[in-house]
This record gives sequence, C-alpha cells and structure tokens, in this order.
Amino acid sequence: MEASGSMSMKGLPVRRPPAINRFFSSTPVSIVIYLLIVASILYSSFRGAQSMGYNWQWYQIPKYIYSYTDDGFQFGELMFGLWTTITLSFSALILAMLFGLLVALLRLSGLVIGTKVAICFLEFVRNIPLLVLVYLFYYVLGPVFKYDRYTASILCLAVYHSALISEILRAGINAVAQGQWEAAKSIGMSKAQMYRYIILPQSIRFMLPPMTGEVVHMVKSSAIVSVIAVAELTTLGQNIISDTYMAFEIWFTIAVIYMVVIMILSIGASQVERRYTVTN
Amino acid sequence: MSNTLPIIKFESVDKFYGNFQALKDITISVNAGERMVICGPSGSGKSTLIRCINGLENHNAGKLTVDGIEVFEGSKDIIRLRQEIGMVFQQFNLFPHLTVLENLTIGPIKVRKIPKSEAEIMARKYLERVHIPEQAEKYPAELSGGQQQRVAIARSLCMESKILLFDEPTSALDPEMINEVLDVMVELADTGMTMVCVTHEMGFARKVADTMVFMDEGKIIEVAPPEKFFSNPDSDRCREFLEQILEH
Repeated sequence: MEASGSMSMKGLPVRRPPAINRFFSSTPVSIVIYLLIVASILYSSFRGAQSMGYNWQWYQIPKYIYSYTDDGFQFGELMFGLWTTITLSFSALILAMLFGLLVALLRLSGLVIGTKVAICFLEFVRNIPLLVLVYLFYYVLGPVFKYDRYTASILCLAVYHSALISEILRAGINAVAQGQWEAAKSIGMSKAQMYRYIILPQSIRFMLPPMTGEVVHMVKSSAIVSVIAVAELTTLGQNIISDTYMAFEIWFTIAVIYMVVIMILSIGASQVERRYTVTN
Repeated sequence: MSNTLPIIKFESVDKFYGNFQALKDITISVNAGERMVICGPSGSGKSTLIRCINGLENHNAGKLTVDGIEVFEGSKDIIRLRQEIGMVFQQFNLFPHLTVLENLTIGPIKVRKIPKSEAEIMARKYLERVHIPEQAEKYPAELSGGQQQRVAIARSLCMESKILLFDEPTSALDPEMINEVLDVMVELADTGMTMVCVTHEMGFARKVADTMVFMDEGKIIEVAPPEKFFSNPDSDRCREFLEQILEH
C-alpha cells in the first residue's frame, strides 16, 4: 500500500468518494434527475387519462379562479372557497389556541380535578377520528345547541386542534427551567404573574416550531368539513365537478391552490421563527 | 445593631421527600439583623432548610414562623411574605428574556406596584451598589457568572426585603469570580440586613457571621458564634468537617 501521500497525520487515508457518486450528487445532475421524475409522473397520469378517453378541458379552469366581465375583474368560485377555507381555519385557530391554553393550564394547575378533566378531554379528542368528530358536532350537537354548519365546522376544528395545541403549550411551558419558577416565586409573584411575565414569554421560543406546523395542519384538515357541505375550497371543487365532470382538472387545481397557500404560510412561519431567534 | 426579636423561628420542623427525611426536628431562630451562616456536607439538608423559609419547600411537621407569619403549605400569606424575603440562588436564575434593568424592576413594578420611573432609579442605585451600573441594558447571557450573581443580588435588594437568603451563591462560579460576589455580600452584611447564608466559604463566614450553624444528615449539630465555632467546636463531626475543608 502506498501510504506516503494519501495518509493524513491522524493515520487514516483521506479518500475521495468514487467518481460515480460525485457525478450523481452534483447539482446539475440532481436537477435533471428531479425534472425527469416529475415529468414521468405527469406524463403517466396524462397517458392514463388519454387511455381512458378523458376529455381534457383546461381552458375551462381559469373562469373558476377569476374572470373579466363587463363589471371588470371578478374572483371565481374557487377563490371564494379559498377565502372560506382561510377564514374558517383562522377563526378555528384563534379559538383552538385559547381553548388549548386553558386545557394546558388546567393540566398544569396541580389541582386534582383540573388535571383529570384536562386528561379526559385530551383522551376523548385524540382517540376519535376527526371525521367522526365532525359528524358529532354537526348532526348531534348542532340540533341540540341550534347552530349552523359553518359554526359546527369552526367548533369542531377548534376542539380537535386545541387538544394538539394544548400539548404543544404544555411541552413549551415545561421546557422552561425550574429555577425560573423559583426565582419568580421568590420575588413574590402570584401564579398568574409568573405565567404572564416569566414563563410564557420564555416558552414561546420552544412552542413556535411545532405551532407553525399546527397552523399548516389546520388549513389542511379544514378540507374535511366538506362532508357537512360547508362552502369551502374542497366542497366547491366537488360541486363544480358534479356539474362539469372535470374531475382531473379541478382536483389538480385544488391541490395546487392548497400547496401554494401552505407554502406561503410555511415561508412566513420560518421568517417569524428566524426573527425570534435573532432577537433572543 | 442586635435587635433580639426572632424574625425567623423553626420549632421542631421535619421535612420528608417520600421516605427520606431531609430535616429532622429542626429548632432554631434568627434574630432581626442577625447574620447566620449554615455549613455542612452535601445532602445534609442545609438548602432544604433555607428553602423552607420562603416556602419553596413545604415542611411536613413542626412550626415555622417568619416575620410573625406562619409558613405552611397552601398559606395565603406566603406571596405577601415572599416580598419580604429576598433569595439568591446557586444557579443565579436570572430571567434570560429580560435585560438586567428589567430583571431588577419587574418585581417592584408588577408585585410592589411601584411606578416604572421610580423602580428604575432604585434599580440603578442597587446596580451601583453591586458595582455593575454599566451593564444595565445588557441581557444576562452577555454577563460573566460573577456579574450575573451580582445582578441576582441586586434583584433581591430591589424588593427592599427584610431578609436575604443565599443558597450557595458562589458554588457555581469560577474561582476568580468568587471574591467579587463575596465582597458585595460583605458590604451588604455591614448594612445590618438579616442574612441567612448557606456557603462553604469559611473566610467569608469568619468575616461576617454572627452565628455559625453546622448541619449533618438533616440535623443541626452545632450552633456557635464564629470564634468558638472555628477554634473549639463541641461536636467531633463538626471538627472533622472543618478540618477537611480548611485543610487547603
């Protein structure tokens, strides 16, 4: 073995990876491979549709997104659906956060009853499929408390996500060092003051990453309320399809709309996270 | 300065962690203005003892009175009482999300309801007292350990409490920073404040203590003024301990 040149001082030879690996991991080659994969997926779905004799009508799609009429620019049906999706998710998110904080504080309260109630609630929500929860809120609780389907969907999403959010909050609160509680106590703070001025401001740093994931999750799971015909993006898509039979085009379009919205959210979330870690 | 009213009074206090008894039949009192130094091997219960005084730990039996108010689990008065008792921790426990000045003023503003401007004037005065007035706008993480501990002392002072508790304030510090903290503590002792201090710094103890206490296995073994404590303690266990730590 010719050890002289390639042996490093620590005794191990520094070996370059084989040429074939270097070829495949270089950036231009990666991009080409990536494009090939995407193209083959698109092509095969297109061919599949062709072989079914599917009649592509992409030219019909733009009018569901926007249109120019004599009255000027107008948003299409899908954009109204998207707006409903966004307002629905946003209202549910606010409610879920408030409710989640309440559950987390109950759980951490140290009161035996509080802890038990919180755990029962968590187990109840976590062990029921979201779809069943939607039916429960609309068909069972709806008539009892006399609210409409839009309210039902907000309440249902809020309750479901509050269980997940309360766990995020609890983990964030527990991640703050024990000494912080003791220091806050020793200057005579009440429990509410400790949470407000010392513990919660510090736990935000721990909560932010899972919380942004939860926001994205909320927007995605809002699609499920289409089963009770709330006029959000997915429901409107279904309606259009039942009128026009353009299943392929509409579902592709809806998938892309969700993707764009969620990507924007994710980018925004990572900006917030970055800013927060900088100021810390 | 010796006012002979006991401000802290333990009467047959016991404390258990599960089956382990951390404090055994503790009876001792601290007078107003008295400076007490508690020492002993680790696990002897000295931290537990000092943490009982402001209710960070709750004792299980016996009676503990601080400033005329009884301390017990679930006491409604404990929050008010804690305002009269400052505490300095081994790990400093500064609030990392607040600047030094905010660390000092949050107690006075939120707990004592003092106007912000007044609290800031007071905070700067106490920062001056611990010799770091120039660090007011920094965050704790930007300071050295010794500086952080001095901020923690200033934070306790800002509450203008009657009693100051020190729980091994120099144990987490690099050796070259210990003296800057001890110097501040000696200066404080000269102001006549009631101090209870758990520490192994015997030079400091000799300088400031009115009373020395030696604890072992949850019991108080020896209580004596420093002259007697260091030269001629009654118990052998205490003598042994002192020999070990004064050897170096």
